[in-house]
Amino acid sequence: MKTSWRGLAPTAPAAIFLLAFMVGPLLLMLYVSTLERGAFGGVVWDSHSFVAYEKLVFERDLIGRLSLNPDYLTIFGRSFQLAAITTLVTLAIGIPTALFMTMLPPRQSALLLFLVTVPFWTNLLVRNFAWILLLRNGGPIDGFLGWLGVTSGPIDVLYTPLATGIGLAYSFLPFMILPIFVAMERIDRRLIEAAFDLGANRLRVLTRVVLPLAMPGIVAGSVLVFVPCLGAYVSPELLGGAKSMMIGNLIQAQFGASRNWPFGAALAMVLLVILLMGLGLLSLSGRRRKVA
Amino acid sequence: MTDAITIAGVRKHFDGAAAPALAGVSFAIRRNEFFTLLGPSGCGKTTLLRMIAGFEHPDSGDILLDGRSVLGLNPNRRPVNTVFQSYALFPHMTVAENITFGPEMLGLKRPEIRERVARMIALLRLEGMADRRPRELSGGQQQRVALGRALAASPQVLLLDEPLSALDLKLRKEMQIELKRLQQETGITFIFVTHDQEEALTMSDRIAVMSHGEVMQIGAPVEIYEHPANRFVAEFIGDTNLVAATCVARDGAAGRFTIPGGSDIVATDASGATPGAKVTLGFRPERVGLDGRVTAVMQHAVYLGTDALLHASLPDGTVLRARLRAGGATPPATGSDVGFSVAPDAVRVFSA
Amino acid sequence: MKADRNLFRFPGTATIAALGLAFLYLPILTLLILSFNENDLITIWTGFSTRWYQAVFTNSDMLAAARNSLIVAATATILGTAAATAATLGVARARAAWKAAVEGLLGLPILVPEIVTAVAMLLLFVFVGFELGLLTVIVAHTVFCIPFAYYPIRARLAGLDPALSEAAADLYADPARRFLRIELPLLAPGIMAGAMLAFISSLGDFVITYFVAGPGATTLPVYIFGMIRIGITPEVNALSAVMLLISILLITAAFLLGRYSDKQSNKGKTS
Repeated sequence: MKTSWRGLAPTAPAAIFLLAFMVGPLLLMLYVSTLERGAFGGVVWDSHSFVAYEKLVFERDLIGRLSLNPDYLTIFGRSFQLAAITTLVTLAIGIPTALFMTMLPPRQSALLLFLVTVPFWTNLLVRNFAWILLLRNGGPIDGFLGWLGVTSGPIDVLYTPLATGIGLAYSFLPFMILPIFVAMERIDRRLIEAAFDLGANRLRVLTRVVLPLAMPGIVAGSVLVFVPCLGAYVSPELLGGAKSMMIGNLIQAQFGASRNWPFGAALAMVLLVILLMGLGLLSLSGRRRKVA
Repeated sequence: MTDAITIAGVRKHFDGAAAPALAGVSFAIRRNEFFTLLGPSGCGKTTLLRMIAGFEHPDSGDILLDGRSVLGLNPNRRPVNTVFQSYALFPHMTVAENITFGPEMLGLKRPEIRERVARMIALLRLEGMADRRPRELSGGQQQRVALGRALAASPQVLLLDEPLSALDLKLRKEMQIELKRLQQETGITFIFVTHDQEEALTMSDRIAVMSHGEVMQIGAPVEIYEHPANRFVAEFIGDTNLVAATCVARDGAAGRFTIPGGSDIVATDASGATPGAKVTLGFRPERVGLDGRVTAVMQHAVYLGTDALLHASLPDGTVLRARLRAGGATPPATGSDVGFSVAPDAVRVFSA
Repeated sequence: MKADRNLFRFPGTATIAALGLAFLYLPILTLLILSFNENDLITIWTGFSTRWYQAVFTNSDMLAAARNSLIVAATATILGTAAATAATLGVARARAAWKAAVEGLLGLPILVPEIVTAVAMLLLFVFVGFELGLLTVIVAHTVFCIPFAYYPIRARLAGLDPALSEAAADLYADPARRFLRIELPLLAPGIMAGAMLAFISSLGDFVITYFVAGPGATTLPVYIFGMIRIGITPEVNALSAVMLLISILLITAAFLLGRYSDKQSNKGKTS
């Protein structure tokens, strides 16, 4: 009833706001990554160079010669590793948990859904802080394992990549469970019944019917875990310590102590581009799968 | 007296569609008429209805209400009201509040509104349901509330978009009679959209048969049924025999035609056919009798209680159907040659 | 669909699910229990006490941070939900291309990692000369409150008969009255849910706030982070427990509200 141009007006506030405060800043960040750092931090606004990007991979010595600097690449590599491992671990826990939840009667299913949702919304800092309490030497886990006789000394888990991994898996597990649960709920039960009727055993039903049909949810969950993990800040900051820095910490450092804003912007750009490319590839392959 | 609605050269082509939704439609609807837009899905009838209501806009052409164009008016400014296919009753309001809505938006005074609501409730037999919510009502009751809501605002024209399609058969038949009565009592022009030709024939004063965005024929039900203007209408309405034929001779308005198998059929009105031309003849099964000169080979007979429907085939494969009063008579044997008679005034001549 | 549930029991899933839930709740429970610990060594239990909670509620810095959090969350939620509601109605009537563009735009804050958004916003504020303070935090929070509010509202709209708006127009309601009498009341459950999600997200946000908050604009998460940096103290523990309880209360309320409105609307399906 309204002509299509009239439909635009109500979207204007949200669209303009996001253009100004989301797209604009990102474009600015791209620009800043091509500037030079200021003497006392900040940027030199009309300088132009790619020195920030160069810093990712190379370092210059005092007479200007370039040599390969693997430090930052190591951090990228570690971040990818941790993100991938976290995704796999949450998949391993998430798929069976979601499956169990869907197969329950409706009321219990709703209760479990609620229980899984609650941590999703509680404060990330607080949840990671809880792990500091749990994992520190002298903490409950240390004490428990010592009492069991499994360990003979302090567990020294805190401030290692393992602790970061535990924190990441903990932070993002609900992000994995929920989309898979939603996808599994949508599966028509009669398809499973038909599979059983045609002689499949439980394993076959799982691998040939349930998992393929739940695949959109599995993919969604994986993306929802991997993407934030890659750029995570809180878990590695609180639990990881200096030796297990991730991209997020590195970026933050450029705006804190290191005062190299262009470099920070460049790091953020690289992270963003990697993620966008990955998501682009994912949606392309998804589309091809649908067409086929 | 001006017509209630005038459609003038309306065209519409939706983006990305292969064919136009409306390909130049022009006709007029009279006041106090029960007018039906009839056609298969996709013919453009609903699009046209929505244009009258104001929810779609023609690419070109005009729509006049009472002689004045309504194209510049938004739906809320047009004195027409719609009964939607899904009823679209406001779920968060009671029956009374739903019916009150239109009058309230028009700014009528409280006493007037109350009076109208009471009148609608009585007219549509909704007593005792005024304070219920739509979810507590049956399909038929919701239908009546939708009607009452649309009528409460006293529109000049009432638009009904396949309002009976969700009802079961018995309720449908009841509502058809109900709607006809309502239209006659209120004197409001009704424009009714349906794909059910039986429904259209039952209720309408006049019918516009539509196909692929064009109007095939407009006329009273009798006219449409007895004198279909073209092949589409003949096939869409009721049952028709369609036989390929060649014109042999013309005699004034009448004409004689030869059909496969060599038999001749005479048509009282053969205008437009020239000797030698290939045409299609159309005639209803109930106008075909036995003891005639049109020969065909008997296939089978379907016993329908009151009637028998005989199927016989012509050499080119066309099946000839004859509907006869059964009267207990034994039908001709399968495979035998039968001579049928076709009433000349029942024969329509269409281009091939 | 009532099916024979025994058929659907996959062995092993119950165990993993139980472990998964235990994993999710162990830290939360530990935190809660230890916050009542009497002594200040946190992890050695000596007795029940609420002294740390008392310390928290009399801490003026913390109370200031809490006040800031509430101001930011309330403002960003109102702005974000209003913009999201308008956007939902606009998108519903728009052409496909525009719809895709707007929804892509709305998805950006969710898609882009928080650290990247945080950096970008900081740079914007510095570039424009906007002094960092409570206002910059509000602006930054509104950016992600819009999409968080949008999705529940859009879901609610999708469940409504599109003919309802048309019927209202057909019955002589102008756009304003259509919105106030029909669209807004029917969207209300979605708007409430969206507002709650936006509010909870804003209360709990850390990374973005950390970057764009100026002095005097400390919110609770930033305050907690600062305290953790200084050292693990029982006050931090108690404060964390309080935040946890507030989140749990809010999400429970949102969940119950969702269940209630579902019940209302499931009975309301006409024809």
